[in-house]
Amino acid sequence: MELLKVEQIEKYYGNKSSLTKAIDDISFKVEQGEFVAIMGASGSGKTTLLNCISTIDKVSAGHIYLEGKDVTKLKGKDLYKFRRDKLGFIFQDFNLLDTLTAYENISLALSIQKKSYAEVDAAVKSVASQLGITDVLDKYPYQMSGGQKQRVASARAIITDPCLILADEPTGALDSKSSKMLLERFNYLNREYAATIMMVTHDSFSASYAGRVIFIKDGKIFHELSRGTDTRKDFFNKIIDVVTLLGGDVNDAL
Amino acid sequence: MLFKMSLRNIRNSMKDYAIYFFTLIIGVSIFYAFNAIGGQAATLKLSSGSMDIIDLLKTMLSGVSVFVAVVLGLLIIYASRFLMKRRHKEFAIYMTLGMGKGKISAILLTETIFIGLGSLGIGLLVGIGLSQLMSALVISLFEADLSAYKLVVSGRAIVLTIIFFVVMYLVVMLFNSVAVTKLKLIDLLYSEKKSERIKIRKPLVCILIFIIAVSALGYAYYMVAFDYKTLTTQKITLSIALGGISTFLIFFSVSGMLHRIIMSMKKVYYKGLNTFTFRQVTSKVNTMVFSMTVICLMLFVTICALSSAFSIRNSMNKNLKELCPADAEFKFLSKTYNEDTDELIKIYDLEDLFKETDFKPENYFEDYREYKLYVDQNFTVGNFLSLLDSKELASAGYFQATNILETIMKLSDYNTLMEFYGKETLTLSDNEYAVLCNYDNMLPIRNRALEPGTEITVFGRTLKPKYDYCIEGQVELSSQRLNTGIFIVPDSVPDESEVVYDCITGNYTAKTKEEKMAVDAALLEDFKKAREDFYSINPGDTYFSYNTRSDVYDSTVGLGAIITFLGLYIGVTFLIACGAILALNGLSDCVDSTGRYEMIRKIGVEEESITRSLLAQTEIFFLLPLLLAIIHSYFGMRFSSFVLNSMGTRGTTTSILITSLIILIIYGGYFLITFFTGKRIIRNK
Repeated sequence: MELLKVEQIEKYYGNKSSLTKAIDDISFKVEQGEFVAIMGASGSGKTTLLNCISTIDKVSAGHIYLEGKDVTKLKGKDLYKFRRDKLGFIFQDFNLLDTLTAYENISLALSIQKKSYAEVDAAVKSVASQLGITDVLDKYPYQMSGGQKQRVASARAIITDPCLILADEPTGALDSKSSKMLLERFNYLNREYAATIMMVTHDSFSASYAGRVIFIKDGKIFHELSRGTDTRKDFFNKIIDVVTLLGGDVNDAL
Repeated sequence: MLFKMSLRNIRNSMKDYAIYFFTLIIGVSIFYAFNAIGGQAATLKLSSGSMDIIDLLKTMLSGVSVFVAVVLGLLIIYASRFLMKRRHKEFAIYMTLGMGKGKISAILLTETIFIGLGSLGIGLLVGIGLSQLMSALVISLFEADLSAYKLVVSGRAIVLTIIFFVVMYLVVMLFNSVAVTKLKLIDLLYSEKKSERIKIRKPLVCILIFIIAVSALGYAYYMVAFDYKTLTTQKITLSIALGGISTFLIFFSVSGMLHRIIMSMKKVYYKGLNTFTFRQVTSKVNTMVFSMTVICLMLFVTICALSSAFSIRNSMNKNLKELCPADAEFKFLSKTYNEDTDELIKIYDLEDLFKETDFKPENYFEDYREYKLYVDQNFTVGNFLSLLDSKELASAGYFQATNILETIMKLSDYNTLMEFYGKETLTLSDNEYAVLCNYDNMLPIRNRALEPGTEITVFGRTLKPKYDYCIEGQVELSSQRLNTGIFIVPDSVPDESEVVYDCITGNYTAKTKEEKMAVDAALLEDFKKAREDFYSINPGDTYFSYNTRSDVYDSTVGLGAIITFLGLYIGVTFLIACGAILALNGLSDCVDSTGRYEMIRKIGVEEESITRSLLAQTEIFFLLPLLLAIIHSYFGMRFSSFVLNSMGTRGTTTSILITSLIILIIYGGYFLITFFTGKRIIRNK
């Protein structure tokens, strides 16, 4: 089933005299239960794309449909409701509230949906065990390691049962061990709970955990890779090849 | 270059500077307005008595100004240090670019000069406007002539203000320069990155500390508000110290404790943004324990100062009409003794004075009455109150001199006088007496003694009370209810040799205010001369005293005015300081929390909920110190009303209303500014 459809979106910055096209006519689809990685170098427009999908930023042209509904048309209260109920966010710098404990950080996502305490409590506990953070629930962010923080952030993102989880460089601030652990959790969520995940990254290793990788360069889709039946290692090598191409001047390489 | 940068910096950080600038302007204008009162009053037609008072007021205000300047100075230093902290990142960039600390100091210096000059200029202009309001107050307080009123700019006040503030800004510059030399690049660069270590206190410890603090506070309250009869200076000091320390401890523990309690109410705690809101408040209060304490204590002083000042003034003005029923009174008595045997030869009273000198009451008075006051050497306050135990006596407060002789008055004298004053007369049978008293601290104990029908023995006669309570009133002109008690007895009782005063009270022939003032002066002159003349003929122990309604008025109104102005001055300054500290902290908190708000916005919290959360935070933040200050004040006022009663003051309701209004305007103003500016800050991306 098709969950997300991005249709010829464009995003411009600046004015007429000096126009920057952050996104230049991008279209793609994401199926329900897919784990998609979006790769690209700094400034390629991948974060802008994510921001447009998440309604944090507005597109200049084009449409984005989630579950068949055009999110670029959302306004006011519907915007908040959409983000609150349909999306789950995971950020590079975790974006946990440093004044709140892990438990409170996770529960906030539910309590703003006006869920009762009993529901909140049960949900927090179950998601915490899924992500292996039950023992840090009473800790504050400054008392946790980076990996723990990111797993708490992930718990907050998935606890609302969003139809789409958006992760912006989730492993960017993590060491390799924590990265691996987090990505395996993503895989697990994707496999066991059919969670649809869209992850922006510039790290090939992270991308190799996805089922499909979309490469972006200068605001355009440059290439797309599907894992198919490849092992993760093979997939990783394929990604590396594309990245090498991406990294240099494409015209030179061709 | 530096100049340009400083100017830009100010413009860019106007958001942060707005409150600072605003506070400086109010500070300058208040400072000017109060110091300009003298100049303003000089243009008004005031009686010479009022002018003397204004001079005294000027001197006192100058004195208080030093104190106010210190408070404002500390506030400015606090605020500027605070704003500097906000700019660590900016300094870091300068330093990585190779700018020396000297240059950074120079930038700060230029900024301070700009802000200083700006606030001084605008502040003085606002102050000149404000001082017009002040003169309106002077006019109403002193009942001055409006026709002579004109706009005045007091050069003295301007010079004074400039000197004080220039000194303050110099101190600020010095502080800033010292602070800059202490900066380290590494700290500056990472000052924002450093994740804030949340100060979490163990709930159990908090609850324990809170209980201890509340008990200590309760004890302090008990001492000043209920057990004030046994108060000594030591006890007062102890209760102030206890109050201060427990205030600190309460702020230290209250958020931890409240948070624990609310956390246990899970349905409330995990509802909407509540978790976030409570955590924000908790962390804020925890990092601001000391400031909160200072703010709370300053608010407490403000509330007490303002409401006491207004109570004194109000009741003074109200008392005047009732307690000054005649234009003037004077008392006289002269006793000549045999030098060898110390035996009393003769008592001269007013009649003798009139006979032997040119001083004639008819020259001044249209109508007057004469009365005499007596004492019995064997009848003291202690005798009359002998059935009360020492504890009850002690409740008379400072009135513990039980060996003071009671004052006695003849019934006929009393009745003539009361008739003259237009008050109720009294009938007594031959064996009865009554007590006249209106001193609030004395009334209840006298009533206690009258209830069982205590009999008294005066001049060898035993009398029983006609009433089981005191008649409220007094015979002398006074600004306050200070009559501690006069015994009215049948005419046949007093022994003429025990007369202590012969008194005349009357109304002038003169009718207009100016004429009366002239009579006042003449009367005083003539009376003094007559006394001297009399003394040269009949040397002996001469007692005399003299009082006029206008004297009582002038001193009362003047005292009332001084108290009002001082109360307002200190109160308003403190309020500004409190408001500014809270606002600065609140806003900087908003700046620090923009990331947090951004985050909760991303996960889909509506703008409305965020605004509501901010409002709740700001409310709790402003109300917490105010609430404790109000509780402090309730007990503080109990004590002060006891002191005020001993000064003959009554009624505090209106003054509490006026006080609340002033607090509402200034403190509430800061609250609104904080909330709306904060809202803007957290909305800006």
